[in-house]
Amino acid sequence: MTLKPRLSRLLAEHGMVLVLLLLCAYFSIVTLTPQSATGVEAARQVADVLREFPGGSARVLIAVSDQPGDPEFATEIERLLAGSGVRILDVARGEPRQAREALQRISASGGRLDAIACTPVSGAWLVFTDLKSDFPSIGEPRRIVPREYRWPNFLKSGNLLNIANQIAVIAIVAIGMTFVIITGGIDLSVGSLIALSAVLTARFIRDYAGGTEAGTAGMILAAIASILSCGILGAFTGSMITRFGIPPFIVTLAMMLVGSGLAYILAHGQSIYQLPDSFVWLGRGADFGRMPNAVVLMLVLYALAHVLMTRMTPGRYLYAVGGNREAARLSGVPVRRVLLLAYVASALLAGLGGVIMASQLKSGSATYGNMYELYVIAAVVVGGTSLSGGEGRMLGTLTGAFTIAVIQNGMNLTNVESYTQKVVLGAVILGAVLLDRIRLRTRDSQ
Amino acid sequence: MRGIMKSFPGVRALRGVDLTLNRGEVLALLGENGAGKSTLMRVLGGAHAADAGTLHVDGCSTVFRTPEDSRRAGVAVIYQEFNLVPGLSAMENIFLGRETSRVGFVSGSEESRATRALFGRLGANFDPRTPCRTLTTAQQQLVEIAKALAFEARILVMDEPTAALTAHEVERLFGIIRELRRQGLGIIYISHRLDEIDLIADRITVLRDGRNVGEAPAGGISRTALIGLMVGRELKDEFPPRSSVPGNTRLEVHGLGRGQVVRDISFSVRRGEILAMTGLIGAGRTETARLIFGADPRDCGEIRLDGNILDIRSPRDAIRSGIGLLTEDRKLQGLVLRHSVLENFGLPNLERFSHRGFLKLGIEREDFADYARRLGIRIPGPEERAGNLSGGNQQKVVLAKWLARNCEVLIFDEPTRGIDVGAKYEIYRLMNELAAAGKALIMISSELPEVLGMADRILVLRQGRVAGEIADARQATQEEILHLAVE
Repeated sequence: MTLKPRLSRLLAEHGMVLVLLLLCAYFSIVTLTPQSATGVEAARQVADVLREFPGGSARVLIAVSDQPGDPEFATEIERLLAGSGVRILDVARGEPRQAREALQRISASGGRLDAIACTPVSGAWLVFTDLKSDFPSIGEPRRIVPREYRWPNFLKSGNLLNIANQIAVIAIVAIGMTFVIITGGIDLSVGSLIALSAVLTARFIRDYAGGTEAGTAGMILAAIASILSCGILGAFTGSMITRFGIPPFIVTLAMMLVGSGLAYILAHGQSIYQLPDSFVWLGRGADFGRMPNAVVLMLVLYALAHVLMTRMTPGRYLYAVGGNREAARLSGVPVRRVLLLAYVASALLAGLGGVIMASQLKSGSATYGNMYELYVIAAVVVGGTSLSGGEGRMLGTLTGAFTIAVIQNGMNLTNVESYTQKVVLGAVILGAVLLDRIRLRTRDSQ
Repeated sequence: MRGIMKSFPGVRALRGVDLTLNRGEVLALLGENGAGKSTLMRVLGGAHAADAGTLHVDGCSTVFRTPEDSRRAGVAVIYQEFNLVPGLSAMENIFLGRETSRVGFVSGSEESRATRALFGRLGANFDPRTPCRTLTTAQQQLVEIAKALAFEARILVMDEPTAALTAHEVERLFGIIRELRRQGLGIIYISHRLDEIDLIADRITVLRDGRNVGEAPAGGISRTALIGLMVGRELKDEFPPRSSVPGNTRLEVHGLGRGQVVRDISFSVRRGEILAMTGLIGAGRTETARLIFGADPRDCGEIRLDGNILDIRSPRDAIRSGIGLLTEDRKLQGLVLRHSVLENFGLPNLERFSHRGFLKLGIEREDFADYARRLGIRIPGPEERAGNLSGGNQQKVVLAKWLARNCEVLIFDEPTRGIDVGAKYEIYRLMNELAAAGKALIMISSELPEVLGMADRILVLRQGRVAGEIADARQATQEEILHLAVE
């Protein structure tokens, strides 16, 4: 095999991953901005410079604003320089006024000042620009700031984790949607089920588990009960499709209305917020390093779903049913059971998505998940799953979900208006499907 | 046509084909699958543009780039899969795209007059306002021919026109073809059925590997010589010798029925026996097989295997009891064309290829390699998509999946339809081997030479009932079978 076909095959198989990487590269370049370390790391850099001052006994003023990381910056410098010979004359925290007062105190005591340790913010304060004329007695102190370097805002770990956390709900629901679309169906009801599940969870906790005083067991039971309720609706959807042969589009369209209506009825059109603080554990907590719990759950579910689709009997059956339902039936595949399970799985995962969303927002409302079905379908389709069924990959869907999230996040960082974002997102979905068409055409003509 | 060439990525389908068709002549185009017949036909129909070569119609040089070009030059191609809109009437289909409209309104009276005239020419006696969905295959074919005549085609290309027709319908079609020939049309007739060629064709052109390999006036060449030209070697016999001797009864079917289609069918198949089930289209052969296999629910009847009553409600039940069905339509029912050969092979066997739901992919692959060797499946690899395989290899893959399931009763529904001569022989050989290994085989077939050549016993169906049984197929004749099937 020569290089060219191998390259084109690589592109065909992993084209969407490449697109995702290109998007990341693009947003990295356009969000490239001057950065500097903060907090402890910044303190270490500044302290190192101060220690190297000629004479080894520099007289220093520390000036910091009250931004996050700044107090740590100040205390860490003090700690690092304690007993090093460097004398810290004063620490000014907060605003330029505090710095001016500190300078006045140093000037009044007749002391000389060698250096001012500051952050990029405090280093730009006007009070330090004309020290020679304002405070002639203190000499000519140098301003020491943390080293400046250029790094994309997009690629900051905080931002990346934010992207993952933002897309977790859509990505988890997209697992179920992938099952359904691979069987050649569609599930429009997931957005409504997210809302229904969020409302149910919040109500169960408020009404039966003690509201804001609810314990862990109560919350878990409430979540499980809501997810199972969604599963029952999914079983209903699935049996309508398998027993009566109603097209999935119609059944799930109806269920979309039913689910949304039920959510509004149960919530009385209001947001339910009587939930304990600990309820946000799933949506906002991070027990595994800095990785949010919802993201960990998402990754675990994708790993399981990937194994299911590639290594297990039910996965094979899903593909076969979508690829050729009659051939699958005549090969002994329990077609109805497989279809039913796909819709139940989709509903259960939508229910889980609702619980996560309620946890992220610490409330339950019937407005949650509005239009999510479209984003979820977009994630699946962008991920290369064919709407005609029989083809698609679980990891493709994850790629698709992240592509959508990266585009949204990147456009937020570059201050693109939300209306423009919609246009771009629509174009990207179309582009992705076009890419897939071309892939199929080149493959089929071989 | 002179020196027509056409290549697809990786395949040189036509390597310089010459073809001459005279006015008022039926030219039979013969060749194995993959010989280039279909490609040549698509070039004629404008579906593919030729890479090289020249084309003259009535002496004028032309180029076909689109179907519209070829239609304008007076060439009509009737593909095996008809190009009819099922929801529209016969008349609407005939005039589709060329409606005789006045200010946007379709002029129904004009069209119906023209349609009646066309139907008169073809001897069609059904209402042209019937939706095509409800027409029989033969009637749909007439609509296709009428469509061709409606734009005054002078050259008619027909691909396997008799594949889905009953003997009686074939006779009528031949009548129509002869009439069109008399009217001066040139007809290119593509078929696998050698018997028909002698009946209908004036001249025969044989293609092999995208080249002309022979031309002869019909009747001027023996059947053996024709087959030899097609396969490129002398095929001594069309059917391999049988050696197995039927043993005790294995499958018994008693009083099987479903609606008007299958009415009170009873028969049995013995160990090591090939039972041929034949009859006209619509006699209920495929339907009977589907009832045994649980693909359709049965109203009544009892199925026993080795004396035990089977409770079959779905194909899954049938497969678990050891019954396999090789469907007539491999593309729609036998295989998932977009999936790999390996996945297709594994589908009925996942219970064996898995443990607690987890697939044992290595075992599946080894097993397939084993069957591929035994059945002579020739493919680049098990990851090859089933849709890319030739008909013969597809049939072998379907067979492999049932053999891996260790089926004791195998029902072959038209096992060699759309399969070229060489692969046919291999399928027959495999069927004989299976019979010799003690399996019970049912072969549904419309091709009487195949029935006579392969079966131990013949069951003739007519209108959903058993019309008769011929206990010793070796003594039977085609006439005897047809007599039972038609009467």
